[in-house]
Amino acid sequence: MVSQRLSRKNGVVRQMKGRIVYVLCVIAVIVSLVSLAVILFDAIQDGLPWLDLQFITSFPSRFPEQAGILAALWGSIWVVGLTALLSFPLGVGAAVYLEEYAPQNWMTSFIRLNIANLAGVPSIVYGILGLGLFVQALALGRSIFAGALTMTLLILPVIIIASQEAVRSVPRAHREGAYALGATRWQVTRGVVLPQAFPGMLTGTILALSRAIGEAAPMIAIAALVFIRFVPTGPFDRFTVMPIQIYNWVNLPQSEFRGLAAAGILVLLIVLLCMNSIAIFIRNHYQKRAR
Amino acid sequence: MHNLNVWFGSNHVLKEIKIGFKPNAVTAVMGPSGCGKTTLIRAINRLNELIVGSRTTGEIFIDEENIYSKETSVFELRRRVGMVFQKPNPFPKSIYDNVAFGPRIHGVSDDEELQNTVERGLKEAALWDEVRDRLQDSALDLSGGQQQRLVIARALAVNPEIILLDEPCSALDPMATSKIEGLMRKLAEKYTVIIVTHNMQQAARVSDYTVFMYLGEVVEYGITKSVFENPQSELTEKYITGEFG
Repeated sequence: MVSQRLSRKNGVVRQMKGRIVYVLCVIAVIVSLVSLAVILFDAIQDGLPWLDLQFITSFPSRFPEQAGILAALWGSIWVVGLTALLSFPLGVGAAVYLEEYAPQNWMTSFIRLNIANLAGVPSIVYGILGLGLFVQALALGRSIFAGALTMTLLILPVIIIASQEAVRSVPRAHREGAYALGATRWQVTRGVVLPQAFPGMLTGTILALSRAIGEAAPMIAIAALVFIRFVPTGPFDRFTVMPIQIYNWVNLPQSEFRGLAAAGILVLLIVLLCMNSIAIFIRNHYQKRAR
Repeated sequence: MHNLNVWFGSNHVLKEIKIGFKPNAVTAVMGPSGCGKTTLIRAINRLNELIVGSRTTGEIFIDEENIYSKETSVFELRRRVGMVFQKPNPFPKSIYDNVAFGPRIHGVSDDEELQNTVERGLKEAALWDEVRDRLQDSALDLSGGQQQRLVIARALAVNPEIILLDEPCSALDPMATSKIEGLMRKLAEKYTVIIVTHNMQQAARVSDYTVFMYLGEVVEYGITKSVFENPQSELTEKYITGEFG
């Protein structure tokens, strides 16, 4: 009799604890969403009046009514595009090597550990490195190419880690099946591992690029805070990117430029949204096929 | 097999194995969990080498050739010795691409030849009629039994001589199991079939010869009927009567 009563009370207590945790989680979600909404609302309120076709097609100017984000938009596209071309093969290749080919010794463990560390290095450090190495030592100047190389270094650890996860997620059984048919290591990698890991690798790369497009500090180090009034035509041109342009406007005294900065933020957010949507779309598409 | 020993790290898993397998027959390898049955057949296609820390000494001869000699191409060996695993592991590709994978990696690129090979493999695995109209569908859409037959077709597509099956029916329902058991008898006409099984009744149903293993050693080997009805070793008798296992 006594034990029956006790167990019932125990069940109620456990359920209560569960509900408390549930409520706390819901509160956490609400807090995050509300904070995000407040920021967005603020940006939309300040920036929407300034966001029009003229804004997207004009160069920056001393006069707020004539200023636009064209140069920075194209600069961002150029830098991110070139970074994608450089970082994807490097990142995927490094991940495949580390997971499939590298022997399991202390040296590779050391490398793996350091890649994780590099992912956490503040981006300004990469900016300074890029300034010294690419802009000055390799005499690439303050060019898009130098900026893209710097960005590649910045996001490479993230791509490698994401790609490693994607490669690791390929089940051992599939690899064994391929080996059992007489495949060489490269055949197994190319025929079984890469096709399955590819969506994860692509998603990881796009998300890393999304981060790159919003980085101000390393780009300021490379491109400097200059007034760029032209659209880049090649990788060796000077450039500016949207975060820099936004930062420039925020620092100007006239209050209208605050609104311009907010509009710039909106353009940046729209580009980010597009990139992330593409990543999600790719992931869902491949998840449906693989089941 | 002569003086075959296999270690995983410091674990001596197979001890001085000395045994011959009859060609064009079904041989069942039986024994309690952990006795080394899977390691034994994985030694035949050198798949143990995929495991870090494994070491193998001794020889295995296929057609008078020692497959562990330095001159042997392990890739050619694995073409000649096909393997079917416990849980069906088709690639997440189409049915056609699954069966064509083997021939492709061994250099077959002619489309017509590939088509014929895929058809032959699927026919020999008794799967052709069920999938002929949907070769481009994902292999993962098939049922468990069909997937396992697909894996068999995949192995057959490269013209092996020996087929190894590691508890191929343990993840399947009874209907699928009986289909595959019938298939094995038929395959034995053309290939040498070695099957690891936990299921004594299956061994009795399907095999011509039986090997009984215990703790890494071969305890008994002979014609299935006599091993079951007249076991030479006491251990074998105990296992068969269910005293342990």
